[in-house]
Amino acid sequence: MALPKRIIKETERLMAEPAPGISATPHDDNLRYFDVVISGPQQSPFEGGDFKLELFLPEEYPMAPPKVRFLTKIYHPNIDKLGRICLDILKDKWSPALQIRTVLLSIQALLSAPNPDDPLANDVAQHWKENEKDAIQTARNWTAQHAHA
Amino acid sequence: MSAMDYDDDYMDDDDVDEYDSDTGMDVDDDGEDDYGAGDGFAPVVADRDVKKPYEVDFKVHSTDEIVAFQTKEVAHVAGILGCLPEHAATLLRTFKWNKERLIERYMEDPEGESEKAGVVMDAQKQAKFAIVKGFECPICCNDDADMETLALHCEHRFCRDCYAHYLNEKVAEQGESRRIQCMSAGCKVVVDEITVEKVVAPEILAKYRSLLLRTYVDDSVHLKWCPAPDCVYAIECHIASNQLLEVVPTVRCKCGHQFCFGCGLPDHQPCICVLVRFWLKKCADDSETANWISANTKECMKCMSTIEKNGGCNHMTCKKCKHEFCWVCLGPWSDHGTAWYNCNRFDEKASIDARDTQAKSRQALERYLHYYNRYANHEQSAKLSSELLEKTAIKMEALQSTSTLSWIEVQFLRKACDVLLESRMTLKWTYSFAYFLSRDNMTALFEDNQRDLEMAVENLNELLERPIPGVDVASTAATTITPQQQPSHHHVNNGAGTPTSMSKEPSATSLPPLTPSHSTPSVLVEDSIRDLRQQVLDKMGYVKTRREVLLSDTTQGLREHRWGMNVDMKTGILFD
Ligand SMILES: [Zn+2]
Ligand SMILES: [Zn+2]
Ligand SMILES: [Zn+2]
Ligand SMILES: [Zn+2]
Ligand SMILES: [Zn+2]
Ligand SMILES: [Zn+2]
Repeated sequence: MALPKRIIKETERLMAEPAPGISATPHDDNLRYFDVVISGPQQSPFEGGDFKLELFLPEEYPMAPPKVRFLTKIYHPNIDKLGRICLDILKDKWSPALQIRTVLLSIQALLSAPNPDDPLANDVAQHWKENEKDAIQTARNWTAQHAHA
Repeated sequence: MSAMDYDDDYMDDDDVDEYDSDTGMDVDDDGEDDYGAGDGFAPVVADRDVKKPYEVDFKVHSTDEIVAFQTKEVAHVAGILGCLPEHAATLLRTFKWNKERLIERYMEDPEGESEKAGVVMDAQKQAKFAIVKGFECPICCNDDADMETLALHCEHRFCRDCYAHYLNEKVAEQGESRRIQCMSAGCKVVVDEITVEKVVAPEILAKYRSLLLRTYVDDSVHLKWCPAPDCVYAIECHIASNQLLEVVPTVRCKCGHQFCFGCGLPDHQPCICVLVRFWLKKCADDSETANWISANTKECMKCMSTIEKNGGCNHMTCKKCKHEFCWVCLGPWSDHGTAWYNCNRFDEKASIDARDTQAKSRQALERYLHYYNRYANHEQSAKLSSELLEKTAIKMEALQSTSTLSWIEVQFLRKACDVLLESRMTLKWTYSFAYFLSRDNMTALFEDNQRDLEMAVENLNELLERPIPGVDVASTAATTITPQQQPSHHHVNNGAGTPTSMSKEPSATSLPPLTPSHSTPSVLVEDSIRDLRQQVLDKMGYVKTRREVLLSDTTQGLREHRWGMNVDMKTGILFD
């Protein structure tokens, strides 16, 4: 099936004017599958790390949200061991007017502002709530260990 | 007069918050029998005997009635607000059918309320299809010159095809209806019914309408769909949530399904909903058994076989490999040297505590198993009831052909089976109820009632299983064979045989009508049957009475807070 015009346009724009700290490259043999790298935002415990993600546009896209997952290990209350992300726009708050770019920017924002009250990884969230300083240090250690370019 | 055609008496109700928003009837939550007190809720049981303490009023509604009631409400509100019925319907759904709250709020701020509900009254603002020059749809990126586009009053414009896809996805895939929003991210404007109508295919529109219809029942605390598979009826019952601590609101659907209006589970009288929830959780949780195993068994350190501790002595010898070890520390017994009578590798206090915990855990388990075994036994017996029913059907046939009893006169057997089943269900739940009772004089009274019903049930069951003297069920079945039939192919069901083997044989319905072999039954047989009938009727009547006594007294006790509970009603944790 031919690639919808929407996906072609979005891809063109992502390549032509990439968002700062974000790169997304489609596979040659599957233009719905993207290799994504998000740089850890400044002043976050993820600073200095490059986080690899995979992004897939399902058949129903943009009526259904893209599927995104972290491939790099990350210590974050809203991201679980398997790299799945708890983000409202990837679920019930999805709107077909949102784009790959907006999704990746939202994930970048999530790295800057973890939300332990809506956790996906319960143990991490608990750690974050009980001893934020210590949790942030663990996140830094993980970043150094797993996300170094 | 039904609950649905209530008159517009909402004006009498000055406390809006007390007003029952669901069916437009006002409801006292005090649990008194206040039906028919001018609120239009006719006593449903008027044609029955006086209501028993454990019975609640309810009414069964067909889908058509639900539709008719909504239509009537919508027309009424549309008349008052002077708007289209579609708009009134959307407003009512937003206000969960609380008509006067809607009218009050709407009168204060028509625009604000309409906008919140996603209603566009102003025809000028209604979504219209338009072909817009140079427009590119932000969703599909199409920019065809003749493309139809559509914008709700928020002016977020998209192409018609995208809207159609979007609504299909929302309605058919996600089952949404009344809260579908504009496609623009974060825009809260609701796609109104009129727009949906214009955009989607007829089958999606039908699904949309039926989803809207369902929300009416789903939004109402006093309406519930019957949970039986494919049942189309909804039940109306006015029971407040705090009343659920005092009564089990069992309702009976027109399809025959009896269920609890409080929790939707099959009838569980007399055990109240919250205790049923705790009980089922406990049964599902095998931690009890696991606890016991860990408290009472250990593995032999040498061969890993499981050993159960059965005495107080800590000197254990494995039955399998004869390894000797200490129960407390699991070390080899030989290490204990001269202190063989006492393990000194653990301090004494710890070892005593360990034994205490073990004993306690065992006691708790035994108590649980006491109630669980009885509960499970009645459940099991009730499951076997289909067998009893089939046997009874054969008996009924035999009775008709052996005696002068008519069809209607042998129905007592069937009736007795129903009563038996119903009472077994009641008994089953008495054991889960009793598990949560603390031991006092009141509990003893409850257990008396329980025992009386239990005995009555077992007596009736025994009588129903007993062969009827003079009535040979097997020979009755055999008499249906005529010379035209091949007897060797006919499986004779002797009543005790498996009914399934019967069904594999040539259909009984293809046989000629019954021709009893005993065309003139002996007076003796006739008498014994009449005698049996009387016995069954007596025992059945007694079971019914005992069940009523138990249910009435238990409900009464709940109302009077006569039952001491050994459970925290919030957490389900048992007190010590
Ligand atoms: Zn479009
Ligand atoms: Zn909008
Ligand atoms: Zn039903
Ligand atoms: Zn219930
Ligand atoms: Zn052994
Ligand atoms: Zn020892």
